Amino acid sequence: MDANEIKERMKMPRQTMPEQDPHERVRNFYEVPYGFTPEQAIAEAKRCIQCKKPLCVGGCPVNIDIPWFIRLIAEGKFIEAAHKLKETNGLPAVCGRVCPQEDQCEKVCVVGKKADAVSIGRLERFAADYEREHGEVTIPNIPKWTGKKAAVVGAGPAGLTVAGDLVKKGHKVTVFEALHTPGGVLMYGIPEFRLPKKIVQSEVEYLKRMGVEIVLNAVVGKLETIDELLADGYGAVFVGSGAGLPNFMNIPGENLSGVYSANEYLTRVNLMKAYQFPEYDTPVIRGRKVVVIGGGNTAMDSARTALRLCPEEVSIVYRRSREELPARVEEIHHGEEEGLKFKLLTNPKRFIGDHEGRLKGVECVSMELGEPDESGRRRPVEVKGSDFTIEADVAIIAIGNGANPLIPQTTPDIKVNKWGNITVNPDNGRTSKKGVFSGGDIVRGGATVILAMGDGRRAADSMDEYMRTGIW
Amino acid sequence: MYEIIEKAELAHTVYQYKIKAPLIAKKRKAGQFVVLRLNEMGERIPLTIVGSDEKEGTITIIVQEVGKSTAMLGDMTVGDSILDVVGPLGKPTHIENFGIAVCVGGGIGTAPVLPIAKAMKEAGNKVISIMGARNKGLLILENEMREASHELHVTTDDGSYGHHGFVTQVLQKFIDEGMKIGCVVGIGPVPMMRAVANVTRPYGIQTVVSLNPIMVDGTGMCGACRVTIAGKNQFVCVDGPEFNGHEVNYEELMLRNRSYIKEEKAAMEEFTYHEGSKCYERECK
Ligand SMILES: Cc1cc2nc3c(=O)[nH]c(=O)nc-3n(C[C@H](O)[C@H](O)[C@H](O)COP(=O)(O)OP(=O)(O)OC[C@H]3O[C@@H](n4cnc5c(N)ncnc54)[C@H](O)[C@@H]3O)c2cc1C
Ligand SMILES: Cc1cc2nc3c(=O)[nH]c(=O)nc-3n(C[C@H](O)[C@H](O)[C@H](O)COP(=O)(O)OP(=O)(O)OC[C@H]3O[C@@H](n4cnc5c(N)ncnc54)[C@H](O)[C@@H]3O)c2cc1C
Ligand code: SF4
Ligand code: FES
Repeated sequence: MDANEIKERMKMPRQTMPEQDPHERVRNFYEVPYGFTPEQAIAEAKRCIQCKKPLCVGGCPVNIDIPWFIRLIAEGKFIEAAHKLKETNGLPAVCGRVCPQEDQCEKVCVVGKKADAVSIGRLERFAADYEREHGEVTIPNIPKWTGKKAAVVGAGPAGLTVAGDLVKKGHKVTVFEALHTPGGVLMYGIPEFRLPKKIVQSEVEYLKRMGVEIVLNAVVGKLETIDELLADGYGAVFVGSGAGLPNFMNIPGENLSGVYSANEYLTRVNLMKAYQFPEYDTPVIRGRKVVVIGGGNTAMDSARTALRLCPEEVSIVYRRSREELPARVEEIHHGEEEGLKFKLLTNPKRFIGDHEGRLKGVECVSMELGEPDESGRRRPVEVKGSDFTIEADVAIIAIGNGANPLIPQTTPDIKVNKWGNITVNPDNGRTSKKGVFSGGDIVRGGATVILAMGDGRRAADSMDEYMRTGIW
Repeated sequence: MYEIIEKAELAHTVYQYKIKAPLIAKKRKAGQFVVLRLNEMGERIPLTIVGSDEKEGTITIIVQEVGKSTAMLGDMTVGDSILDVVGPLGKPTHIENFGIAVCVGGGIGTAPVLPIAKAMKEAGNKVISIMGARNKGLLILENEMREASHELHVTTDDGSYGHHGFVTQVLQKFIDEGMKIGCVVGIGPVPMMRAVANVTRPYGIQTVVSLNPIMVDGTGMCGACRVTIAGKNQFVCVDGPEFNGHEVNYEELMLRNRSYIKEEKAAMEEFTYHEGSKCYERECK
């Protein structure tokens, strides 16, 4: 590419992805962005200047060969682009939607220094969707069985990645999942309007077609322990049980009816489909005034879910200021378009109930920002005497999750840190227990889908090696 | 899919099922429960494992029809299958030789008491059981309880059978008579468990109750089942279901269990009158 062409490409505007109108979409659970058309995808792909030393690849936690797949799209070879993606990323349709690209590949994209970065995530989504929708998902050749089998605990992105990688290496794999559906947070946490569930299920179907066995309703530790799995002939076990322990605030009134953890609220609505109650049997309280506590992506997902259940008002209560909101800018923007209110520099002190134990308000206090704390963010401090009450009949607490304690409790020789996260060798996912590997949120605390998948990939390589050589 | 192998009607709207679930049958211990989902649209409901047969690969559950899901289960019969059964969940009952163990079951609560009484007897306790119901027709598992205990006392609220009155009156009488009770296990409706705990509290008798909050996942992931125990939040599905009866905030549990009264009523009405699926969506402005 000569200097002139690069200049030309840098001048092309970023393609905008069409979206459902905000007024329309707050009444439904359909996906918000529609995705690029093939013409748009080609136009966007042509904005990539095909760097010799592509910085984007280094920004991607699994080092997808980004310029290569983008070039294939630019040439109209959409299926080939999807195949290229799948060499390094087992779930491109998922990652194209939920990865924080603005902090990863797109953050370091060269085009982004002068203009808007190439929309790498949207192109990834386009190629994966195109392949799925055109029925051209082909199953790779599976090598002859190695005679080894592995067990995976948890069918979240980490566990599913391990399963896919190991079958491709010729091992038999059984995934044990506690819930009645595979997918982990992709199914029970992230809402339908951000990640349609049929996409997750088609990725799972793909794994099954490759030969992965998935056993649902199987809580490892309760039904069988890790030691029993190892004794049963599983050569190696991967623990990808996630960070599924909701934190509460430990303030008065937290157990009133109408106060939910984000996990419970999202599970009721997404996994159990409470938005279709009573066709589906699981209910959820449809608040008139909903308060969501926290400022991360989980808070944003909870708030935007609540907005779709026809309330009068949904507000985010966050103790720092707008600059510190940890949620993705795009999600904040989507929320605001949908009518989400922000009560910033505000901290809840107490939930107030009526005589039937139902929430009717949240007593809050105003905050101001003081000196920076360990995280480098300015520490919020209470403004004395600034207490006030916000009317609310539903409150959703979205202040993070702790590590799921079940596996460490039932397998004490797996070492954990003081927060209960499993400690591993980060290069290969090996735990303190021979034959047991781990990765994803149970190791990192709440992280991201792509980091969980990267962990899965490294662990799968090491599990393969261990099962072949027996060397720990 | 988990097939129903046997069904029996124990009392009006109370059914006992044997369900094929070999792994759970092998693993389960007294005090543990399963969560089941009847079909694709179903909610996840917890039910105690009352017994199991490892050879046959079955577990036994007993269910009382109180709302839509339990009524739908009540309509199911031998040969039908339940979509999802997950377990065994919760911690097993702490069993040891207490000397004298008094096992108190109220209404459907007798079902979860039965495996505990059996285990207490096996551990060498003298098991004295008290079971109560509103009336004679609602009594369940009398023979099984008699077999599992050294002594069985039956009460009915209306006096139609056994002792006329409440289980707590019999318990109080034992205490007044100077019985050296090592441990009381009380399971039944929340007000009954609270009453049992109130009887034993002044004497400092160790008292275990099994709580029945609304659950969703049953694996510690959502916090729906949280209850204040000794001033601290506990998740009943993983930290329980059994707790020291003197430390439970029963009032909070009762209020939380009423969280969906309106929705439960609507679901039940629709189910009973077969109106077909009616949209419950509130009109958006
Ligand atoms: C609401 C929400 C929104 C998010 N949004 C984003 C986003 O936009 N982008 C992003 O990158 N990340 C997002 N994340 C984070 C991301 O979802 C997680 O980092 C990722 O799912 C972690 O993957 P995992 O495989 O480690 O665990 P999980 O996805 O948590 O899966 C763990 C699985 O293990 C199962 N399990 C647990 N214990 C057992 C057991 N004992 N036996 C059997 N199975 C067990 C669980 O049921 C679960 O299915 C979000 C998280 C939440 C909660
Ligand atoms: C650990 C545990 C063990 C139990 N064991 C038994 C048993 O052996 N036999 C038995 O008959 N019942 C048992 N229950 C109670 C049983 O789960 C509820 O009766 C059932 O869920 C009611 O569902 P429904 O749709 O029929 O009624 P609904 O109309 O939905 O509700 C009726 C009442 O049941 C309770 N309830 C509703 N949904 C749930 C839910 N998802 N989880 C828990 N409670 C709920 C509420 O208090 C509600 O007011 C147990 C509960 C727990 C927590
Ligand atoms: S850094 Fe940007 S321009 Fe360079 S290869 Fe990557 S996506 Fe293309
Ligand atoms: S039922 Fe979800 S944590 Fe107990």
